Parts: sequence; C-alpha cells; structure tokens
Amino acid sequence: MKQHSPIFFWLLLAPFALWLILLVIIPHFDMLGIALREQTAPRQYAFSFKNFSEFFTEPLYWRTFMRTAVMSIMATALTLLIAFPVSYYIAKMLRGRPKSFLFLLCLIPFWVSELVRTYGWMILLRETGVISNGLQWAGLVSGPVELLYNDAAIMVGLVYTSMLFMVVPLVTVLESLDDDIIEASYDLGGNMWTTMRNIVIPHAMPGIVSGCIIVFMMTLGNYLTPNLLGGKDSLWFTEQIYTQFITRFNWELGSAFGILLLLLSSLIVWLGLKLSKQTLTSTMAS
Amino acid sequence: MKDSVIDLETRNVNKHYGDFTAVDNVSLQIEKGSFFSILGPSGCGKTTLLRMIAGFDEPDSGDIFIQGNSMLGVPANKRPANMVFQHLALFPMMSVAENVAYGLKQRKVAPAEITKLVNNALESVDLGDSGKKKITQLSGGQKQRIAIARCLVLEPKLLLLDEPLGALDLKLREHMKVELKQMQSRIGTTFIYITHDQSEALVMSNKVAVMNNGAFEQVGTPSDLYYHPETSFVAGFVGDANKWKSKVSQVNNKSCSTQVSNGATLRGKINGTMPIAVGDEVDVFVRPEAIKIIKTGDNANENDNSLECKVIDLLFNGANSAALLEDITTGKELHVALPQTGEYIGLQTGQKLTIAWSPDQTHCFNSRVKG
Repeated sequence: MKQHSPIFFWLLLAPFALWLILLVIIPHFDMLGIALREQTAPRQYAFSFKNFSEFFTEPLYWRTFMRTAVMSIMATALTLLIAFPVSYYIAKMLRGRPKSFLFLLCLIPFWVSELVRTYGWMILLRETGVISNGLQWAGLVSGPVELLYNDAAIMVGLVYTSMLFMVVPLVTVLESLDDDIIEASYDLGGNMWTTMRNIVIPHAMPGIVSGCIIVFMMTLGNYLTPNLLGGKDSLWFTEQIYTQFITRFNWELGSAFGILLLLLSSLIVWLGLKLSKQTLTSTMAS
Repeated sequence: MKDSVIDLETRNVNKHYGDFTAVDNVSLQIEKGSFFSILGPSGCGKTTLLRMIAGFDEPDSGDIFIQGNSMLGVPANKRPANMVFQHLALFPMMSVAENVAYGLKQRKVAPAEITKLVNNALESVDLGDSGKKKITQLSGGQKQRIAIARCLVLEPKLLLLDEPLGALDLKLREHMKVELKQMQSRIGTTFIYITHDQSEALVMSNKVAVMNNGAFEQVGTPSDLYYHPETSFVAGFVGDANKWKSKVSQVNNKSCSTQVSNGATLRGKINGTMPIAVGDEVDVFVRPEAIKIIKTGDNANENDNSLECKVIDLLFNGANSAALLEDITTGKELHVALPQTGEYIGLQTGQKLTIAWSPDQTHCFNSRVKG
C-alpha cells in the first residue's frame, strides 16, 4: 500500500478526537474535580472526599446503587435469554424475504421515541389500562389491577427497550457461522444442546458479549423507563444523580455519583470480559 | 474384495423441491469396502443424494439402507455415516485434537480412551504432533486430513465425501487424490465420494455412478465408463471427446453409417439403450487419442473414418498435448491427442492434413433423450 502523508491520518482523526476531548474527557475531568471538593464558605472550596464518604455512609445511596447494578445485570441477562432464540431463528432458520421482514419487525418499535414506547407500556399496564380491563372483562379478576410501578414493570420496559441492541450483534455473529459447521456437529453425533453449547455459543461469544455490554450500559444509564414505569419508588441510580443536580443543586454530590456510576459500569464490563474470556477489541470487531 | 455385503442401498429415492426434481428414482447398491464415486455436473442432484444418505434431508419417497437397516426417520446424529464437508467444516473454536475428539465426546467415551483414540487417529494421518494446534495454523492438505480423521475415529460404516478437494490448488489436489485412494484401501471403510471432476472420480474409484438431471446415467468401473459408455451424456462427460450431430443412413447389426450434414460419412458402433434406425438423429463420439494423423504419402485404412483438416492451434501440455484442428468441409473444431514421441514434431499451424480413426472407436447414440 502506498504510504500517505501523515496529515491525512490526523485530518481523519480530528473530528473524532475533538468529540472525545471536548465532550467526553474534559467534562469527566471537570466532574472529577467538582466531586473532589467541598464548599467551606460562599465561593470557597476545598479538596475533600466528603462527597464519596457521604455515599458510603448513607444507606439509601449505595443501596440504590447496588439495586441499579443488580437490576441492570438481570435485565441484560433476560434480554440475552429472549434475544438469542429470536436471533438464531432470524439468522439460521429463515431465508430471504421472511428473514428481512422479521428483522425489520424488530426494528420498527425503534422508529418512535423511547418516551412514546414507554407510554405505550403505561397504557397497557396501568390500572385502567388494556390488560387490567381485559382481565376484568374475561372475569379473571373482580376489580382493576395495577400492574405499573413495580420492579417487574421496570424490567419489562428495560428488556423491551434493549432488545434491538442485543438482536443486531447476535444476528450478525450468528450469520457468520457456516451452516456446514452446525451440520458437522450433528453429523458427528451431537444433539441440539451439545451443538449449542460447543459450537454455536462459543462462536457467538463476541456478539453475546458486545450485545451485553451495550445493553448493560444503556440499562444502567437509563432514566426514562425506570422513572415512568417504576414511579416514585423505582430507586434508579440515575434518578439520584438527577435529584442532586437539578432538585438539590448539589453538583458536588451529583458529580461524585456520576463518577461512581462510571467506575461501576467499567468494573462490571471488565468482569464480564474476564469471565467470558473475551477482549474488548475482539468483541467490538464482531 | 468381499462381495455380497452391501453397505449402502438406496431404493427408488426421490426428492423434489417444488417443481424441480433434484433426485429422480435413484437405486444403487454399494459393496462394503469400495470407493464409490458419484460424478455429475453441478446441479445434477449429487449433493442432495449425499445429504439424504447423511440424514440432513429426507427423501420424498423411496428408502435408504445402511447395512440392511432402513434409515428413514433416523436423524443424522444417529446414522453410522460421517461426512467430510465441501469446505471441511472443522470447528474453528477448537484445537485440532478437540475437533477429532468431538464425536467421541458426544458418544460419552471415557476421557482416557478419547485421548488414546485421538492420538491414534492423528498418527494415522501423520499429524501426531499437531493436536494442540489451532485449525487456522494448518495447511489446506492438513485440514483435509483432520476432517477425515475426525470422521474415521468414529469408525463409521460409510464415509461420505462432498467434493472435499475442490478448494485445494491443483498440485495438492493431485497429491490428495492418491493419498485418499491409498487411505481408503488401507482402512477398508466404504467411501462415497461426490465430485464434478471426472479425473478425481476415475483415478480413485472402484465404481463410478454418472449422474445427470437427478438420475443415474450409468454405473460402472472407471474403464467401463470410459470405453463402454452407455449414454450420450456419459460419452461426452467422462473423458474428452469430439462430438458430431449426424443422421443415420445405414444400419448393419451393431454398427451404422451416418451422414453429417454437408460433411463426411462417419461409421461407428451402435451404443446405448435406445435403438437406432435409418433416418434417426445420432450423437457420434470419438476420443482425441483414438484419432491418427495420416502422414503424407500414407493411405488411410479404407474402412476407417477420415477427414481433411487444417491445424488451427497446437496445445502443448507435455504428455497431454493436443492439436486443435478444423474440418475443412464443415469448419467443425476437433481435438486430436499428440503423443510426444517426436513423430509430430514438424506440425505447424495452418498445415493441412488427413486424420483417420477406426469405426470401433466411434460411438453412436440416439439423440432422443431416453424416457
């Protein structure tokens, strides 16, 4: 290949570098700075770990934090569990037109905004909603049932919102698996389960991990869905951050929470990569 | 060879995809320990037939027996037949040894036993020290051998091979042909090999079935197919041949005289199952090596077919050299083999010459497709 002048490389890199520096790196350093200070007098600030120690001494904060993490992991696992068979069906069982149709069907809900989709779930699940009315009409329940404002409703909303972001990498990675290889496994005596475990899942691992990373990050940082479907008691960590910044004007604590959320998601993604023996590069290449 | 033991039998097997008949009423018997090839152009249904034997497709009608047991409704993972895939289908997520061990693991063989069998299998294909390697570290020929070892370690009754040499380069393909043939005679497993390459089929097989449009045209030994083709298709597909469309002018017992339009009279043997009568359209075949070039001064044997030709091109290819000639009266192109014995060294493009060949080497088939 012909050696181009390095200026082309830097020109190509420039928009991305600007985006990274201006919108990601500088704000984070600024946030870290704000998180590590304490107001001693009006307009007087001093270096301090007070914001972080407050997080660990106030049970509401770190319980919300842990709850958000655990629920996000559960939502990710659930999304994977539902998306895998769907993706396998789209990628391996279907051909031609039905395949593109089904893939499009997964995409269509994402043509409307998350807000509208979440309101959709509220119309279904609320006390006077479609499901409640349907159950009453069928005579299965005697009075209205409230299906909103609980953890299950949050979970349903999160899984629904994340589905496409799991299906796309899974379909891509499964399509790259030759049918021959699956048939060879059967030919050598494998059954459906051993083929899944030994052939399909190891092959799909980069897609599974990249799907999980995206879904986990999206879920952990989601604000709208837990708030609308979970109501006042949803206790999602992003709501705590919002409260500190907007309601309490406590930017210091809010920043500390933001930093902690970043550390948490990095830690869990790192653990996930370690456990699945994948590297970030191999995952992103899939 | 032990006769009487039949490893594979298919009875009137049919397979349709919509209106398309992929496999048309195929019946065959394959003796234990033989190397059986199914030869045909792409799209002739040979892969479909093989997939039905392996258990990936079910026939629409008919039955398949492996050592006398009907395989209808038996899934691929329960059949005593293993397949070497066209692109080998080695498992890239596993090491070489794990690939070979895969089938044994599915059978729940004890781990110590698996290690032993896998080592033996790797030794038998001369890859004893490659067990820990990744699949991507192997060369084309080594992958081939692993794909075969992976099947043979399970001691199948049948080994099915789906054009496995197709992806190799010419030199390696020639080498693997010989290696496969020797491997088969050493281990004695019945091999069923499908290919569109006639040289692969002829070199390796005990018996070859020539398949066209979903049906078998002829089943026989390689030399049978070459010297005694039963159909026009076999005569044209197996080996090289010059072909004329001609009209029968005279029939005597087993031979006939035919008239090529605006051209020569060609005499030949009547072949095939379709009878030939005066006035029928026939396909006339003659092999390039059956044609002699008559030196100036010599006269052709008066019973021989002979043509006046012009040399268009000389195709030098060592022992397989040939001359491309043009029939002066009809302009038809002909291939004539040129043995490199020095006899034809003076041949030049544009030169006019006479060629001749015996009617015994000339095969005539009724052009109407049978059935």
